[in-house]
Amino acid sequence: MIVKLRQPKREVTVDGNRTVNQLLDELDMNRESFLVIRNGTLVPGDGRLDDDDTIEIRPVISGG
Amino acid sequence: MNYSKCRVCGERAIIDLPRHNANFCGEHLLQLCRRQVEKAIHDHDMLSKDDKILVAVSGGKDSLAVWDILLELGYRADGLYIGLGIGEYSDVSGDYTREFAEERGLTLTTIDLRDEYDYDVPTAAKVTKRVPCSACGLSKRHLFDKAALDGGYDVVVTGHNLDDEAAVLFGNALRWDVEYLARQYPVLPARDGFPKKVKPLMRLTEREMAAWCIVRGIDYQVEECPMALGNKHLAYKDALNSIERESPGSKSAFYLEFVDKMSPILAEHRRTTGRELVACTSCGAPTTEPDSGDAPVCAFCRLHDRVSGVEAVPVEMVLNKKARKAYLAAQAAGE
Ligand code: SF4
Ligand SMILES: [Zn+2]
Ligand SMILES: [Zn+2]
Repeated sequence: MIVKLRQPKREVTVDGNRTVNQLLDELDMNRESFLVIRNGTLVPGDGRLDDDDTIEIRPVISGG
Repeated sequence: MNYSKCRVCGERAIIDLPRHNANFCGEHLLQLCRRQVEKAIHDHDMLSKDDKILVAVSGGKDSLAVWDILLELGYRADGLYIGLGIGEYSDVSGDYTREFAEERGLTLTTIDLRDEYDYDVPTAAKVTKRVPCSACGLSKRHLFDKAALDGGYDVVVTGHNLDDEAAVLFGNALRWDVEYLARQYPVLPARDGFPKKVKPLMRLTEREMAAWCIVRGIDYQVEECPMALGNKHLAYKDALNSIERESPGSKSAFYLEFVDKMSPILAEHRRTTGRELVACTSCGAPTTEPDSGDAPVCAFCRLHDRVSGVEAVPVEMVLNKKARKAYLAAQAAGE
């Protein structure tokens, strides 16, 4: 599946069939600092992701 | 397929909130956010339904969300956006803000620093050798105060969330900066020509506010202000989120228990350290009397005098080496 990341903006391809929390752990991203969006809809931590999904991992921290 | 269920209604959940040890569907996430805002407003006597409210909007998730929530709860709120001149970041932020207001038919006032005061934040930072956020914060505070007074508003609302406040608290506590700790409170009462200021998102995390915007279909500026890259607040937020991950709920306990338990103790200090204020001889805003016996001129007017008319400095000029590299790479990648 395609995973869109920010800061810097980039796309990586990752094997699907894992939960949101597993994906975040593998990418070493803290659950508290990100949201995972599939086709415009939020997916909770235990939500399963599939090979044909396009996923956005959106950082939620702002530093102003 | 197995999926987690909303704690309230049992429908499919869209978000897990470890600090509540629960999952929520979109509708009940919104309900939770609304209730937290109502509780903050109620507990700290922030707003009343008769108040004429001015929301400080930046185009980011928090300020658009707080505006949205207040309107939903039946408050009367207009917006004020300040164009800070921070390159493309400011252009995009302004677009999101205008879009939000136009779609909903809301009253939005826009002030552009370059157009109206002939300077911008990067230039102010360069000329005064201040940290950009310091020149920026000073300008914003002054202009929001002025707009609130000129427009007859009762109160200014800002989108500071739990993570913002916890990060500031963390920094102040690391230094045991008693002056700042005493002043850190989600409500600043009106005094001597300053409008009342409140932070209704004090009980909600950044993750919850971003989720609010996604569920409500609010487009906002996701990209970080380039000036914030590498600043201490971001580092404090990361540190607090690492703790939060190990021990959900500690971030809100750290800040909310401070407000409940420590602020009353510090209140005495707050009362005894306020200095007499006089009117700025240039703009009329309240300011402290200079010890020298010179005519009082407020910090904004002093900044403005120095930087107004100076040719614009590009954003990358005021970033440190690491931040500049990241910024230029992002520009090149077409962000
Ligand atoms: S990060 Fe700093 S410079 Fe950027 S908008 Fe916030 S206060 Fe202003
Ligand atoms: Zn529900
Ligand atoms: Zn002045």
